Amino acid sequence: MALFQLKINGKNYPVDVDANTPLLWVLRDHLDLVGTKYGCGMAMCGACTVHVNGDATRSCVLPISAVSAANITTIEGLSEKGTHPVQEAWDEVDVPQCGYCQAGQIMTASALLSKNPNPSDKDIEEAMVGNICRCGTYHRIHDAVKVAATKMKK
Amino acid sequence: MSTNQSRRDFFKTTAAAGGGLVLGFSWFSSEAFQPQVVGTAAADAIDFNAYLAISPSGTVTIFSPNPEIGQGIKTAFPIIVAEELDADWEKVKVEQSPLDTKKFERQLTGGSGAIRHSWERLRKAGATARALLIEAAAQQWGVPASECSAQKGMVIHSSGKKIAYGDLAVAASKLPVPKEVKLKATSSFSLIGSRVKGVDNKDILTGKNLFGIDYKRPGMLHAQVQRPPAFGLKLKSFDATEAKKMPGIVNVVSFGNKVAIVGKTNWEVMQARKAVKIEWEKEKDLESSADHDRLFKEMLNGTNVTVQRKDGDVEAAFKNAHKVIEAEYQCPFLPHSPMEPMNFFAHFKGDSIELAGPSQTPEAAQKQIAKMLNIAPEKVTLELTRMGGGFGRRLNTDYAVEAAELSSIIKAPVKVTWTREDDMTGGIYRPAVRYRFKASIDKAGNMTAFMLHGAGLNAGNSTRQDNFPAGAVENLLIQSSDYKSPITTGPWRAPITNFLAYAEQAFLDEVAAAAGKDPVQFRLELLDKAEKSPVGKITYETKRFREVIKLAAEKSGWGKKKKGVSQGFSVYFSHASYVAQVAEMTMAKGKPVLKKVYAAVDCGIVINESSAKNQIYGAIVDGIGHAMYGNLTFKDGAPQQENFNKYRLIRYNEVPDIEAHFVNNGIEPTGLGEPALPPTGGALANAIFKTTGKRLYNQPFADQDGPLG
Ligand code: FES
Ligand code: FES
Repeated sequence: MALFQLKINGKNYPVDVDANTPLLWVLRDHLDLVGTKYGCGMAMCGACTVHVNGDATRSCVLPISAVSAANITTIEGLSEKGTHPVQEAWDEVDVPQCGYCQAGQIMTASALLSKNPNPSDKDIEEAMVGNICRCGTYHRIHDAVKVAATKMKK
Repeated sequence: MSTNQSRRDFFKTTAAAGGGLVLGFSWFSSEAFQPQVVGTAAADAIDFNAYLAISPSGTVTIFSPNPEIGQGIKTAFPIIVAEELDADWEKVKVEQSPLDTKKFERQLTGGSGAIRHSWERLRKAGATARALLIEAAAQQWGVPASECSAQKGMVIHSSGKKIAYGDLAVAASKLPVPKEVKLKATSSFSLIGSRVKGVDNKDILTGKNLFGIDYKRPGMLHAQVQRPPAFGLKLKSFDATEAKKMPGIVNVVSFGNKVAIVGKTNWEVMQARKAVKIEWEKEKDLESSADHDRLFKEMLNGTNVTVQRKDGDVEAAFKNAHKVIEAEYQCPFLPHSPMEPMNFFAHFKGDSIELAGPSQTPEAAQKQIAKMLNIAPEKVTLELTRMGGGFGRRLNTDYAVEAAELSSIIKAPVKVTWTREDDMTGGIYRPAVRYRFKASIDKAGNMTAFMLHGAGLNAGNSTRQDNFPAGAVENLLIQSSDYKSPITTGPWRAPITNFLAYAEQAFLDEVAAAAGKDPVQFRLELLDKAEKSPVGKITYETKRFREVIKLAAEKSGWGKKKKGVSQGFSVYFSHASYVAQVAEMTMAKGKPVLKKVYAAVDCGIVINESSAKNQIYGAIVDGIGHAMYGNLTFKDGAPQQENFNKYRLIRYNEVPDIEAHFVNNGIEPTGLGEPALPPTGGALANAIFKTTGKRLYNQPFADQDGPLG
């Protein structure tokens, strides 16, 4: 066990865990930040996506020791009241079915748009291909990324 | 997590908040519909399954009883009530009701049946409340009720006077409930059929703890369970000496054929799990996929056959046939792979137990757990969480029962979480099936006989004997064989038809080709026959069938040459809805590529345009994905795919364009969670044939040089 000072969503969280513990399980089991989801545990599905220093990152394979100095953002901290343009676009387009994968989808999409405000269809595809949606909401994900891009320009 | 609020608590809260109209009614009872105003005095006497409450502040609260799995039921039910109530949708609040142990008839997600079942009573609930509010306003104004109407949460008098529902709620609650209420003409619906966003969107998009896997209680322990790694093995012994010493570990216990590792956090449990030494021993046959191939052959050539339907004499027809067409189609076992793996919370308290988690069939879980623990069903409380998909997997109660059993052993609140590997290898799969078809045509190209033999591994009856083309062929024989395998199976989205439809629609294409007929024309002719001179029992409506076929053909420009594009057709009737599809393919770099799927859907009245389309698109994507890639194989009883690195699910870049159209016929609504899936594989396979000249008889297609995606 070791003590880590994590910076998540602008707040400091001290946690005492084994250095190999993946960020995903620290978020979910130690900090009660359960918006970040478990889907596969091996970086194959994207359900656990968070931002680490602004980059979309799979938290299920990220040991806590690697992020103790990083700025971490989870779905809970993407915006204070759920008004991030990507969240608003996701609501307007009514993307979710079961909703389980959507936090990961949103974190991937918002990281893409923060770096590339005008993504081409190819850019969107490259970013989103790592996030599985078992319910098959891919068409709406595409539409929502487009809507969010427009919103962010305003 | 919202607290486990019982109906009675809810009533008290409502009453304490200053009263208002609380209408109790049963969503489920098949008895005559009798809503009642729940007055303060009557609170203890009334026992209804659900409430519709209008508070003096104007908020309309509707309890949604059915488990939400992504099919949109939590939004759809209230839409129906709000439509007849003329409520202001912006002021409607929807709450998930807990499992009600009494008087429920259907608190279940499965079979696309909820809307069909509840349509009438939901409308009456809304209309009754509306009538009471209008009556209250009329009395207040001293005018006849007939001069009043309602709109967007207001009662309006012909003079232009208006009053909000909230201001009428208390007065309305004191009026007697009318015996008969008039329902709206379906043509005057404004909310029903419009585009309504999911009521849980906000919580989903901000990461609230909605799902079972997010559930937490103070003092709750986490557990994972090691189940036999192969079907046919059982637990011999285990040694947890090392594991028990590891950080965060509270206990390691065995029950049944399983070993549970219990600790403070999931990660610690996962580490200790690797340190438990377990020995397994053989109990039943350890089957491999090669064994399944042999079993299918034995069943299809054997005599252990159940006749499911027989019309005329197929053998005689085959003898006199101009041409006989034969083919076999096969599908593998499939896991359901909902994105949220199985999990359940249980807290055993000696003579009662509290449960929470994702279940498509909570009442079955409740009963089984009561029986296992030998306590009364009322002592089992179950809080329904939102489900991260299910696709039929959560119709099985194994994971809830397992959590309950573990809690009763360790006597502590515990949540059992399945890893993805557990979820994929833990059983309850779509059964593997092989179909043998045989059909004959006469000189004029008419189908004179149709024979289907379904061979399944734990599939039960792998046919749907009364489905099309039954009724449209003079001579028909449908039979099934089944083998009891140690590999466990269960319903998988559109059970049986998820594969049968592909096999049948692909085979009918072969027959049409042998008859020299256009596939659409061929099906229309069969429907003509079923309409004019039906053979035996018919479960489908030929007119509705024909409508979706024509709509799909029209929208896709069927038969009109599009440069470089080949089309495949398919149509299927299941779960009371009719869906026709056309798949379009092109060749790119020597490989067929699926470009577009057109769907024509008759599900009666569309309740919510947004979620209806979401279901159709999702089902088509699901149908393509599993036809293309889904494959669970076995070696010595052990599943060979354990996670998404080896088990391929369809991804963002692999979906074609989709265009969905509805038949507007004003008929009572039917389900939509499943019916758009079955036709997809057939449309895809038929398009592949048109593009490459190659018939695909086995799923998944990608393993046989199928399309790129
Ligand atoms: S849980 Fe991390 S990618 Fe699947
Ligand atoms: S919405 Fe269900 S997995 Fe994406």
